[in-house]
Amino acid sequence: MRLAPAVRIALAVVPLTFLACFFGWPVVAIIARGLSVDAVREVLTDPGLRSVAWFTLWQAAASTLLTVAAGLLPAYVLARFRFPGRAIVLALVTVPFVLPTVVVGAAFLALLPPSLDQTVAAILAAHVYFNLAVVIRTVGTLWAQLDPRLEEAARTLGASPLQVMWRVTLPLLRPAIVAAASITFLFTFTSFGVIRILGGPRHVTLEVEIWRLTTQAFQLPTAAALAFLQLLAVTGLMVWWSGAQQRQAVALRLRPRGTAAVPRTSGQRFLVGATVAALVAVVAVPLSRLVVGSFTQGDGYGFAAWRALAADSGDGPANRPVADPLDAVITSLRFAAIATVLAVVIGGAAACAIAYSRRGAHLLDAGLMLPLGTSAVTVGFGLLITMDRRPLDLRGSWVLIPIAHAVVAVPFVVRAVLPNLRSIDPRLRDAAATLGAAPGRVWREIDLPFLRRALVAGAGFAFAISLGEFGATSFLTRVGDQTMPIAIGRLLGRPSALNLSQAYALATVLMVLTLAAVLAVDRLRGESSTF
Amino acid sequence: MLAVEDVSVRFGPRWVLQGVELVVRSNEVVGLLGPSGSGKSTLLRVIAGLLPPDAGRVRWDGEDVTQLPTHRRRFGLVFQDHQLFPHRDVGANVGFGLAVAGRPKAEVRARVAELLELVGLKGFEHRAVGSLSGGEAQRVALARALAPRPRLLLLDEPLGALDRELHDRLAVELRALLKQVGIAGVHVTHDRGEAEMVADRVLTMDDLHARARPSSGNGRFPESGGSGTTSP
Amino acid sequence: MNPRIHPARLAAAAAVCLAAMAGCGDDSGGDTSSGTEPPPALTLLTYDAFTEPAALASFTEATGIEVTVAKGGDAGTLVNKAIITAGRPEGDVLWGLDNTLLSRALSQGVFEPYESTELDALDPSAVGLVPGHEVTPVDTGDVCLNVDRRWFEERGEEPPSSFEDLVDPAQKGRLVVQNPASSSPGLAFMLATVAHFGDPGFLDYWARLRDNDVAVVEDWDTAYYSSFTGGGGGGDRPIVVSYASSPPATIFFAEEPKPAEPTTASVEATCFRQVEFAGVLRGTEHQEAAQRLVDFLVGEELQAELPLTNFVYPIREDVPLPQLFVDFGQPAADPLTLSPEVIADHRDEWIDAWTQTVLR
Repeated sequence: MRLAPAVRIALAVVPLTFLACFFGWPVVAIIARGLSVDAVREVLTDPGLRSVAWFTLWQAAASTLLTVAAGLLPAYVLARFRFPGRAIVLALVTVPFVLPTVVVGAAFLALLPPSLDQTVAAILAAHVYFNLAVVIRTVGTLWAQLDPRLEEAARTLGASPLQVMWRVTLPLLRPAIVAAASITFLFTFTSFGVIRILGGPRHVTLEVEIWRLTTQAFQLPTAAALAFLQLLAVTGLMVWWSGAQQRQAVALRLRPRGTAAVPRTSGQRFLVGATVAALVAVVAVPLSRLVVGSFTQGDGYGFAAWRALAADSGDGPANRPVADPLDAVITSLRFAAIATVLAVVIGGAAACAIAYSRRGAHLLDAGLMLPLGTSAVTVGFGLLITMDRRPLDLRGSWVLIPIAHAVVAVPFVVRAVLPNLRSIDPRLRDAAATLGAAPGRVWREIDLPFLRRALVAGAGFAFAISLGEFGATSFLTRVGDQTMPIAIGRLLGRPSALNLSQAYALATVLMVLTLAAVLAVDRLRGESSTF
Repeated sequence: MLAVEDVSVRFGPRWVLQGVELVVRSNEVVGLLGPSGSGKSTLLRVIAGLLPPDAGRVRWDGEDVTQLPTHRRRFGLVFQDHQLFPHRDVGANVGFGLAVAGRPKAEVRARVAELLELVGLKGFEHRAVGSLSGGEAQRVALARALAPRPRLLLLDEPLGALDRELHDRLAVELRALLKQVGIAGVHVTHDRGEAEMVADRVLTMDDLHARARPSSGNGRFPESGGSGTTSP
Repeated sequence: MNPRIHPARLAAAAAVCLAAMAGCGDDSGGDTSSGTEPPPALTLLTYDAFTEPAALASFTEATGIEVTVAKGGDAGTLVNKAIITAGRPEGDVLWGLDNTLLSRALSQGVFEPYESTELDALDPSAVGLVPGHEVTPVDTGDVCLNVDRRWFEERGEEPPSSFEDLVDPAQKGRLVVQNPASSSPGLAFMLATVAHFGDPGFLDYWARLRDNDVAVVEDWDTAYYSSFTGGGGGGDRPIVVSYASSPPATIFFAEEPKPAEPTTASVEATCFRQVEFAGVLRGTEHQEAAQRLVDFLVGEELQAELPLTNFVYPIREDVPLPQLFVDFGQPAADPLTLSPEVIADHRDEWIDAWTQTVLR
């Protein structure tokens, strides 16, 4: 799309400035503070750290492959078939991704056979569980808009269903699959909670090691060297990846109304039924453990945790671990709303800037993904030593929290929007222009309908991510306001069965809110296209 | 010989096809007329195996193929908006059916060249499908459908999106091509003129619902030819 | 984001942010204010788990000084954040430096020395840890093994009462500890074994624990709620590293009607004494007010509240313990200790040796 240079620059400047202010500068500052040639050399030659790096890489690669493999069938079923309860299933699969690992990890651990405790298998299973939604939603969004007649054409040419999948569908879905894989890879590459809770002390990733070196051992030079190498690796990977994605982009003729149909044959009905049943079972079992846990009272069941939670709201006793759970709910919603607006504006501008310009844009794309591949503690400590002067004297200010959430959420907005924008057939725009539409009108008529749906999808994800964000929030110094995940973490910091049940109860509230938010967003986007 | 016997299809409460009967003889091209929404495309999808009928059977040379999956029927289908694979070039689109059948590369290349020449697009193998004009895209779609040597060709408004002049020229070419290949076909359109130009015999959807039987009286015989002589 | 409509607005937003960045170098800080200043507002930095005592309101009432409690991260994170911002602190007073981190923080010049007016009333052994008065001890806590009494009673067994009992084959597979490299109670428990067995004797002990199938997890919550049988989360190990105050806390946090006595108990012979300190951060603009706050933190009113808000013991010897603690959570009479200097000198080396022994 041809835009005035001023517009293109403005579109790129917004996300660039945001990224530079709240990610690039802090990270560079903290790494520069500790980095030395000796430390890098030491890190590169230490066999222990080398094995940490290797384990981090291969578990992330394996987790990504498994998650993509596990997510494709549900993505297909949810994208292509309409059935009662589909919107709820779609919302449900999103919940694990955004619930804090402190609590879902504990539920997962309780369900794990003891033989799998502290094994790589447990880590991989949890990574698939937590990131399934990324694949289902990212790939499903494109899949729902892919013209099924392309696949039908292939079948009439003699291709078996498997050949259609391999030769037509998957290649066409590649931008979305690559997007989902890159996000999953970064999330598992920087995995922290899952590794600590399910992997135990024998499985150490770069993220865990940087956290330990920075916050526990205070070996800043080694931590800085590791953070530097982590950043280099992730940067290289992202530049290569987004370049590859740009090269692969093909103009698809998308159908903005979605292509879901009611299953007609008994085979289709079986496929839909079995897939949905398996999906719901896998997703809901650990989640239902949260709900059951919230009703556990002594050796039986009861409402004690919920009563305690309600009693602590308002004039609760000050010595409870969580002074006011209701306040935590409101704080979370407020931060999520602000973070969503920030992420949608910045992510939307970034996606447009990337989609509409030819050179250099994929570097912006890569840059916005970097925060996902950088350890939260590096960013947190970086903000500490940079946000200490006017006018960005934001340390201890609440605004840093929604900003940190937006930094995490922006790449999701970009991922949600970009494949759709890139897939618009340019001839549609040419057609509109020849019909007398000025550039702005062309954009409104052709790009906006695609953009709007994708932005709403990105907004839903951003909102949910903010609701559940724990890692970055916990590093920032906060006054008063505690979000729900922080409150849950605090409940789990004091011994007593009731506190555990209250943590589960608050997690249940968080889960219900997440479900409601995702359902509302899906509803907003229209009945026929709940993706 | 294709026989559609008592086929019914329902979408929710609405019957789109009810007791439809159709016979297409070998080497015969049947034109199927009807306004939009009359179930023409649905019928083609049932014949192609893309849509299982709620009742009725589809037979080929007496064999019941109703349960046979699409890719084993060897019925080609040309879509109105061609549905070329955007991630493959022209050659790979035309050669797709042969490639999935596991034919040797050399044979695929030769057949692709042969068909491209047949549709008048010699040397277009490495063109991107996005760079084709509407008429070119439609010819590629036709070549692609013919390449795996289907026993029946289904044409769903194949010329619907083209301008009048191109439309008429292609209609003539299509007729000649079908006769040259010698293939049975069902040609769906809402344009009686086009149907008469391309098909040997023209039926309306109403005829099919009235349990129409083939009769030599309401259509033209295969070798009657001359359809290209009518001018727009 | 319509390019026809919004570029001006976008450019404006970008300009604001750019201006903000450009202004980052501008270091002209605090406003100069006139003659009679209103009382300053203070920020008390602490770790996430800190619960604000109600007594802080009395401080504001008495002095007019508002106190904002700012939290972020665990104790290690808190202290290391203070070290990296030394001289440009995020707040005025820090609460939560413990004896395992003390020497490191003092060597980095994080604090402004201050000799509290209340020093005479405080535990002299704790005060003696900081001869330079950079920080003031505020509370103590004992990291001890906790046992699930009910679990042992159901089996008609006696729970272990010493380190030596744990390597008895009868206790195989029953103990869960935290990784000392990443957990504060985990580190304290390892230091307890150093204090008891000496170096390198503690490594032989850990080798035997390893052979007796000790479980190591990363943090306290996982140990207590997922592995421990007495935590309510369905674990399968009846012995866990926790605090002497955990048994009374289980009663305190229980729903009504509260049980008569806790189902868990701490093992006194295994207790390691942690001392927590508070101090005035170097670089504060309100040094005098900050010093008054430190005095208040070790004053009787706030100290009396500590057991039932933060489950630690008062540092003042003249403050009585609540009955719940008298009954079920007395501090160890003769806890294990190590001097902060010894800990600082050997900590990394011991953690490495422990890791080699237990995890490899």
